[in-house]
Amino acid sequence: MIGTITAVTARDLKLAMRRQADIVSVLFFFIIVASLFPLGIGPEPDLLRKLAPGVLWVGALLATMLSLPRLFADDFRDGTLEQLVLAPQPLGLTVIGKVLAHWLVSGLPLALLAPVLGLQFDLSTDALLVLTVSLLIGTPALSGIGAIGAALTLGLRGGGVLVSLLVLPLYIPVLIFGAGA
Amino acid sequence: MLEASNLECVRGERRLFAGVGFRLEGGEMLFLQGRNGSGKTTLLRMICGLTHPVAGEIRWKGETIGALGEEFREELCYLGHLNAIKEELTPLENLTASARLAGETLSEDEALDALEAVGLLGREDLACKYLSQGQKRRVALSRLVHEKRALWVLDEPFVALDIAAVAWLAGLIGAHLQRGGMAVLTTHQAVEIPAGQVRELMLS
Repeated sequence: MIGTITAVTARDLKLAMRRQADIVSVLFFFIIVASLFPLGIGPEPDLLRKLAPGVLWVGALLATMLSLPRLFADDFRDGTLEQLVLAPQPLGLTVIGKVLAHWLVSGLPLALLAPVLGLQFDLSTDALLVLTVSLLIGTPALSGIGAIGAALTLGLRGGGVLVSLLVLPLYIPVLIFGAGA
Repeated sequence: MLEASNLECVRGERRLFAGVGFRLEGGEMLFLQGRNGSGKTTLLRMICGLTHPVAGEIRWKGETIGALGEEFREELCYLGHLNAIKEELTPLENLTASARLAGETLSEDEALDALEAVGLLGREDLACKYLSQGQKRRVALSRLVHEKRALWVLDEPFVALDIAAVAWLAGLIGAHLQRGGMAVLTTHQAVEIPAGQVRELMLS
């Protein structure tokens, strides 16, 4: 059981390492969104402190969205997905492996980057810690829920937009709890 | 033993085929024929369980493949018209990764041996995106070299291969049939399989 998950995750991680542009673009998106807000709002520490969790969470959420359409699409296009479905292991384990890999290359780096970006919002050390922990707990949920949307829109034209419409409402609870932490 | 009875396939509003049935024992090969769009690939996907027939059923050793699930998939090797290889990975990585994902263990020696058999030795460390169409097909086919599963379902396996590779693959399928395996395949080329009993099914 663990073997299946690690096999799928290891393969997806190796693929992600060969295609680093995808990881980097997600992180850059997050950095840019989180940096534009302090620049736009101006030097008002109190206001920034209040906005910080919401802005960083929305940024992380949109950055995750950006990488979702490709979660299954690449495997679908080259026929690997058929082979995964026909493998003698339960399909659920394969999906868990893929979601885990997605989190490791998107959710985890986002959570680790958040405290650095949080400094721009004049957050205290405690607040930065809470923010990081909340992202570490919340981002796996983003990957998991996102996988449902990615699977439902697989093979459709304009799937990317549809994923957003399907998944963003489902992200709301995660966002409220995460940003409220 | 693979048995299908009364299969019906509907695509959109059109009925592609109905009342299709066959029976395949160990050591036999089913050769699907028919013009483009007659439903060959769909029938192959039905045999794998990827598409569900509108009517009829497919049985493996007496039980429907839906009920068998993983037990059936353990004995099935499917090669679609897509190569199922990753462009970013090397042939060697592709081969070992696909074996691991299928729940099999393939040592590096075995993998190199398989790549030598398809004539890709010396290219095993080159990312697949730099390979030609025929070479990519060979990477996909290298999976079959050490494949011990009983039922091979091959969709147009000879496409993009040169004459020598076609003969090699025909020999590989023949050896599989001689071991008591079964194969279902489609092709538009005239290929002589050296061993085993060949049955033909014409879709029209």
